[in-house]
Order: sequence, then structure tokens, then C-alpha cells
Amino acid sequence: MPETLVFWALSGMAILASALVIGQRNPMYSVLMLIASFGALAGLYIQLDAPFVAVAQIIIYAGAIMVLFLFVVMLLNAPQEDAAEWDRSHPLRQRGVMRFGALLALLLVIQLTWALLQANGADLPVGARGNPEALGSVRTLGRILFTEYVFAFEATSILILVAMLGAVVLARREGDR
Amino acid sequence: MIPLSHYLVVSAVLFAIGTAGVFLRRNLITILLSIEIMLNAVNLSFVAFGRQFGNLDGQIIVFFVMTVAAAEAAVGLAIVIGLYRHRESLNPDAFASLKW
Repeated sequence: MPETLVFWALSGMAILASALVIGQRNPMYSVLMLIASFGALAGLYIQLDAPFVAVAQIIIYAGAIMVLFLFVVMLLNAPQEDAAEWDRSHPLRQRGVMRFGALLALLLVIQLTWALLQANGADLPVGARGNPEALGSVRTLGRILFTEYVFAFEATSILILVAMLGAVVLARREGDR
Repeated sequence: MIPLSHYLVVSAVLFAIGTAGVFLRRNLITILLSIEIMLNAVNLSFVAFGRQFGNLDGQIIVFFVMTVAAAEAAVGLAIVIGLYRHRESLNPDAFASLKW
């Protein structure tokens, strides 16, 4: 029972925080809410016997990526949206269009849920199969990562290098050549 | 024990929230954040399926998705900074022309 309770609390928190990310206008609050959402998701990963993913979620997502976002939000010091005239007069702001959009979003939820529930064994409780000790261990994970997936792993390192160079080149000022 | 379907529904709702954010918000940074929400929703499905079928591949894929998300955030934010220097705005409608 406590397991179920924790699941509902964490998933509720993740969904609520994500809804708040897109539900208000200040990008600073959006970033902070997304960090809360990632924390709740890390709790869900621990429930799913994936401690490595949970820790990586906290360190990489909440730690590195979100700090990058916060840094940019503070650096740009951008005006909040909705304050300007173009926002209030935007064609997507009309009531009928917004209702249509809400309907489409609901349809997307239903469709995704339906598609995911077609999966084999969706009604079985998670963790009925497989050994949680072997599944959660970083040792096994590392072995698979460096044998079966070693090519993808090396490709990712090149991707990171390219992204780093790209970020440096793109963010450089025009006059710095 | 929680059925797999519960995790999948949470994942679907998160994905829909992310999609709605991309369409609704008119701030480049919030749009990038919505993309991160979508990536996380997919990650949750991967881990839940991997746990259900006793397979570690789900967690490996999540590792790669995180790396790609980091690269995407770095390049995306660099582009946002570059755009903001030109137009003093984060509104995607302000960037309608391909060249200026």
C-alpha cells in the first residue's frame, strides 16, 4: 500500500509541476517547476528499480541542463510574455481556437494512452518478471553499455563534442572573428 | 504492486502536456522546456517497459536520450541567445524571416 501511495504522490507531483511549467508566464518559474517535475520523475525511477537512471536524472537533468536554462533566463533577462500587445491580439488567442486546441490535447492523451495500453502485458504489475538486483545494478548496466552498445556510446561522445563546438560558435559575438 | 498501465498513462499525460506547451507558449525558452518534458515522458515509458520485461535496454536508451537532450539544450540555448541579440525578443513570431 505505501508503494501505491508513493506512486500517486510522485506522479501527481510530476504532472502538476509539468502543467505549471506551461501554465504560467515567467520563464524563471517554469524552469524551477521543471526541476520539481524531474525530482518527482527520479522518485518514479527508483520505484522502477532503476537507481542509476534516477541519479543521472538528478545530476544531468536537474543539475546540469536546468542550470544551463536558468543561466540563459537570467542572462537574457527577457520580458515576460503576455505583457505586449502582439500577445493579446494573437490569432491563437481567440476562444474558439483555444477550445479546439484543448480538445486536440485531450484527444492526444486518449490516443497515446490507448496506443500504450495495447502493449503486451500492460495490466501485469511492474516487477513481476526479472530480478530487481540484477536489473538495478550499475555493474550490469556498465557492462552492457560498453559491450553491446559501445558504438552508440562512442557516437554519443562525438555528438557531445559537436554540440559543444556548435554552442561556442553560435553564441559568439559577431565581431569576435 | 503498480500495474505497468499506470506508468504509461502518466507518461502519456506528460507527453501531451509537453506538446501543448510547444503549441501554446510563445516564449522560446518555455518551448525548449516543453521539449524536455516530452523527452522525459518517453524516458519514463522506456524505464517502465524495461522493468516490466526484465530488460536493461530501456535504461541504456534513457542514458542516450539524456545525452541527446543535453546536446539539444546546449545548441538550442546558443541559438536562442543569438536570436535575442538580433531582435531583443523571445517571441517565435518575431523570427519569421530566414535572413536579415
